Amino acid sequence: METRVLIMQLAYLVSAVLFITGLKRLSHPDTARGGNRLAAIGMLLAIVATLVGEQILTWQWIIGGLLIGTVVGGFMARFVKMTAMPQMVGLFNGFGGLASGLVAAAEFLRYSMGVAGTAEVPVDASISIMLGTLIGAVTFSGSLVAFGKLQGIVTEKAVRYPAQQFLNAVLFLGILAVMAYLVVMTPDAIVGSDTGTVNIIYYALWGAAMLLGVLLVIPIGGADMPVVVSLLNSYSGLAASAAGFVLNNNALIISGALVGASGLILTRIMCKAMNRSLANVIFGSFGQVAGKELVKGEKRTMADVNDVQADDVAMLLAYAKQVVIVPGYGLAVAQAQHKLRELCDNLESRGVNVKYVVHPVAGRMPGHMNVLLAEANVPYNQLYEPEDVNPDIANVDACLVVGANDVVNPAARDEPASDLYGMPIIEVDRAKHTVVMKRSLNPGFAGLDNELFYLRNTMMLFGDAADSIGRILEEVKQL
Amino acid sequence: MTGTILISVYVFVLAMFVGFEVITKVPPTLHTPLMSGSNAISGISIVGALVIAGMGQGTIFDIIGMVAVIAATLNVVGGFMVTDRMLQMFRRDTDTN
Repeated sequence: METRVLIMQLAYLVSAVLFITGLKRLSHPDTARGGNRLAAIGMLLAIVATLVGEQILTWQWIIGGLLIGTVVGGFMARFVKMTAMPQMVGLFNGFGGLASGLVAAAEFLRYSMGVAGTAEVPVDASISIMLGTLIGAVTFSGSLVAFGKLQGIVTEKAVRYPAQQFLNAVLFLGILAVMAYLVVMTPDAIVGSDTGTVNIIYYALWGAAMLLGVLLVIPIGGADMPVVVSLLNSYSGLAASAAGFVLNNNALIISGALVGASGLILTRIMCKAMNRSLANVIFGSFGQVAGKELVKGEKRTMADVNDVQADDVAMLLAYAKQVVIVPGYGLAVAQAQHKLRELCDNLESRGVNVKYVVHPVAGRMPGHMNVLLAEANVPYNQLYEPEDVNPDIANVDACLVVGANDVVNPAARDEPASDLYGMPIIEVDRAKHTVVMKRSLNPGFAGLDNELFYLRNTMMLFGDAADSIGRILEEVKQL
Repeated sequence: MTGTILISVYVFVLAMFVGFEVITKVPPTLHTPLMSGSNAISGISIVGALVIAGMGQGTIFDIIGMVAVIAATLNVVGGFMVTDRMLQMFRRDTDTN
């Protein structure tokens, strides 16, 4: 092995070690920032090692690409709003998938156009190229659809039509058949007879794989986005691994596998938090069953609701001993997290004990609500998980539910017929008092009615969350 | 060649296990940064993209290479930077009260 290739390979090894150490540190709050930097250093090392160790003949495309990517990526990272984090991570996932897929594409064309220098495509290389293409293209287009849904460009609703899964299965099998055909056919193509046709079939494979990515994500509704974003994260890792198989590069294989694993872990956590299997998320028709039937027959109206004003809520909160805040995505939509923190600070200065309870699927991606609260300067040791609070929730004087719905729906605990049944919830219905802040009685993401709103000890405070919290804060200050 | 692919499969499977071992038990607070940080790591395909963009084999490869470099760089730079931006917001103790 040439010395500089050896050095490059060793540098890749160091990069892989830095990624592993970085990820390890990323999973502990005190070391997370350092871990991220360590991983970034690992990446820089891998890039420099490649530029030094490989035979780079033309620099203009590399320099141009690095410059554009750095400026655009840096700009996005610097200015993205924290509420828009899920779609940006989704978009970045897509770019990662695209890069991996293009690596496979270039390798395919090198063989099919005869510039690879060998007269024969090894079967394993060919299989790797096909897998890299498939995973990369699916990740790319799937992530774009997820981005579109989260950004509101594409409908957030689950798009469903007859025989959907059957058609997806047919498309998938068709893709596998084309892949198998190309694996068998490419060696002949090198011999020179029919390069053009083989390339056209390969481009068609790209199109079909991208169509599959779109069709796989489009039937998934807004409530399930945390799962999809996690799963696409995992795919982007697997795409990198596949590109590693294509290039026979262990750095890519290892890094991709790490990301694949972390994405799978997060996917599993999200599924558990909703008590659903992954298959159910991807193929299930969640929230399609009319939720209204669950509420014992009659349709509830405003008359059944205990409708209160800000001063009532202020009184309740200010004289409580223990207050639990349940923030949901509606809080972020209303941009009310800063006002909420102000209110909580004021309550604490009066001696009220305040806990924030964050459900794992609050927000649009795993841990999204925690980031939004961190942005509003809520220290992370004030954040609790549902299982920390539920056992003692009967002793809580007041729960304040802001923009959350399904995660506090008692049907998940009590109604075996409900789509939500079995999902762990924050059992605010068992607290002494619960205040629900909502715009209207409209059902949540899952499209299910919520019995909580009609309970005797539940007060409904209607209106924009930021306005309502502001008014409560004013009232509390005057007490 | 079969030997090489076999070693690659070994590396892949073992790295998946390392990933599972290293990342289990992540507190929910860190789920988003972990995802965006690991997402940046998946931009490692930049290594392959650089090789394509630099090999000077003709226009089609130049285009594919440059697009791949742009996409991967976006993924890498954006991912690490936004993760850092999020993590600097996390703090432990309350200075209120």
